[in-house]
Amino acid sequence: MSVNVQTSGTASSDRLRKWFSGAPVRIAVISIALLWTLPTAGLFVSSMRPSDNIKSTGWWSAVAHPFEQAQWTVDNYAQVLTTDGMGNAFLNSLIVTIPAVVIPITIAAFAAYAFAWLEFPGRAFLFVVVVGLMVVPLQMSLIPLLRLYTRIDLNGTFLGLWLAHTGFGLPLAIFLLFGYIATLPGEIIESARVDGASALTTFTRLVLPLSVPVIASFAIFQFLWVWNDLLVALVFLGTRREVAVVTSRLSALVGERGEQWHVLTAGAFIAMVVPLLVFFALQRYFVRGLTAGSVKG
Amino acid sequence: METTAPAPQQPQRSNWASLVVWPLRVAVAFVVLVITFLLLRWSFTFMRDADANKFLVTIVALVVGVGAVWALYFATDALVSLLPESIRETVRPFVFVGPALVILGVFLIYPTVLTIWLSFFDARSENFIGLENYLFIATSEDMLIALRNNVLWIVFVTSAVVGLGLVIAVLVDRIGRWEPFAKSFIFLPMAISAVGASVIWRFVYSFQPIQLPQIGLFNAIYTALGGDPQGWLILKPWNNFFLMLIMVWILTGFAMVVLSAAIKGVPRELLEAARIDGAGEVRIFFGVIIPSIRTTLLTIATTVLIMVLKVFDIVFVMTSGQHDTEVIANRMFREMFVFRNFGRSSALAVILLLAVIPVMIYNVRSFQEQRE
Repeated sequence: MSVNVQTSGTASSDRLRKWFSGAPVRIAVISIALLWTLPTAGLFVSSMRPSDNIKSTGWWSAVAHPFEQAQWTVDNYAQVLTTDGMGNAFLNSLIVTIPAVVIPITIAAFAAYAFAWLEFPGRAFLFVVVVGLMVVPLQMSLIPLLRLYTRIDLNGTFLGLWLAHTGFGLPLAIFLLFGYIATLPGEIIESARVDGASALTTFTRLVLPLSVPVIASFAIFQFLWVWNDLLVALVFLGTRREVAVVTSRLSALVGERGEQWHVLTAGAFIAMVVPLLVFFALQRYFVRGLTAGSVKG
Repeated sequence: METTAPAPQQPQRSNWASLVVWPLRVAVAFVVLVITFLLLRWSFTFMRDADANKFLVTIVALVVGVGAVWALYFATDALVSLLPESIRETVRPFVFVGPALVILGVFLIYPTVLTIWLSFFDARSENFIGLENYLFIATSEDMLIALRNNVLWIVFVTSAVVGLGLVIAVLVDRIGRWEPFAKSFIFLPMAISAVGASVIWRFVYSFQPIQLPQIGLFNAIYTALGGDPQGWLILKPWNNFFLMLIMVWILTGFAMVVLSAAIKGVPRELLEAARIDGAGEVRIFFGVIIPSIRTTLLTIATTVLIMVLKVFDIVFVMTSGQHDTEVIANRMFREMFVFRNFGRSSALAVILLLAVIPVMIYNVRSFQEQRE
């Protein structure tokens, strides 16, 4: 390219582009990323320091001398897992989360298939209702459901929480699965029908296997939503230590152990470790699921 | 929704075969249905018993949650197949949507209607008091503080998240092979629960008396710059902003990732054309990039707005709404469990619902436009 023909406008824009793609932007982005990570790093470092050290010096001073054996410990984790009940809460979270992910997906998949490929009266209207329900704040459901649960003895049970999460997750699950299932090629589904396959067979043999990507995305979203939820767990499960999940146990620890940072930091890390693992292992699906699920009410 | 009705295409069967098969299928379908119902009832009572062994409960839940739900669908579908041919295919879709509709009705529609109704009643839902709960919310001082704070949260957090997310998305687009790496670290807080994030930030804001060493990042920096240590969480009215900062920290990565994808989707030719016309990078940003990602910006803004509107966990863990940091969702929770005033609690929930109705209408409209 000849330099002479360049107008002054493109020359300056070229310089600007070069400047932009150069070191300053890189440094800016790296510092932002570091800044964003600093609070979490501080928590993680502190969770492995003895209680006396946490109280007397900032966590950054431990990072300055990483090879002094005496300043690292796992006692905080041992204490918070046993005496402070985080170990039990961790199991409870698993117990709450797995069915609260599987059940809504099953029910939503059947419904999404019907909305996409079966003809029935009121279909368009009912689907609009589903779209509308997606943004209804779940706060609207708390009081009536709590009363219903009290009446039928479901309060404080895992079953009650599974059902609640199923209800709250269902509109989004139907919407997402519908969006995917409706775009499956019509010829395939039509030809299955011509071959005499029933609606149920078409669904189990054809539609469900083809929908694995969207099911995976929603499963990750719902898993994180349920695992990280505090409000629904507080309302329907309560804070009794036998049933409390990691979030409600951790929030109770903040009250019980206000400034005992060796307990709180280790507890918080236990509550975070599963989502973080999921995040690092399945980052692509994770982002896709969260992005798709961000419209939830 | 422009699919055609399924043509009832049943394979032909000879008479003698259907004579044997028909009662057999009736019997099997009924037996499966009865067993499923019994199993559901038994597991219901079993799981309701909170003292039952936890692992057993989980296994039962998975078996019932998956197995029985599937059995239910198969059995009802088989029963529908026995209906007269004229109505069979009209009824069948309801086998598929029925359970979902029942759950939506019980867990969302019925409670929503009941909550609206209860918001016109007194604390114990016994006497009709008209709009009194709403009048109380509109006049009581601490309710007004909660409403004010919610508005502050919405304005500050939404604009900060979208603004920062956009700036970082533009910057991150220009750093080459480090991009995914930097993005992961900024997106990371999104994986952490609001409770976990609150503990992280309580530690950052931690306060020690002046003669002790400061272990919180904020006070360490502040005292190093010559200030006196501050109790950031009781510092009215700024404490609200320190709580909002947590949500900004959580959500910025989310906005950044979505906006970054949108920016990458801006057609190259458009950018090249602008550059050939002599537009500078800043003009390209405001004149080309921003207009092309307008829809995404709007979606992100409404999404963040809805999340912020219902903020609960952060306030609950950080301050429980003390020191003038109350917000609607936290107050609703306290009305419910601390003050036992179900009327006011319901009215607060209705306010949240009213706030999302414009978004609901917008969503339904744009969905219907897409379908047409």
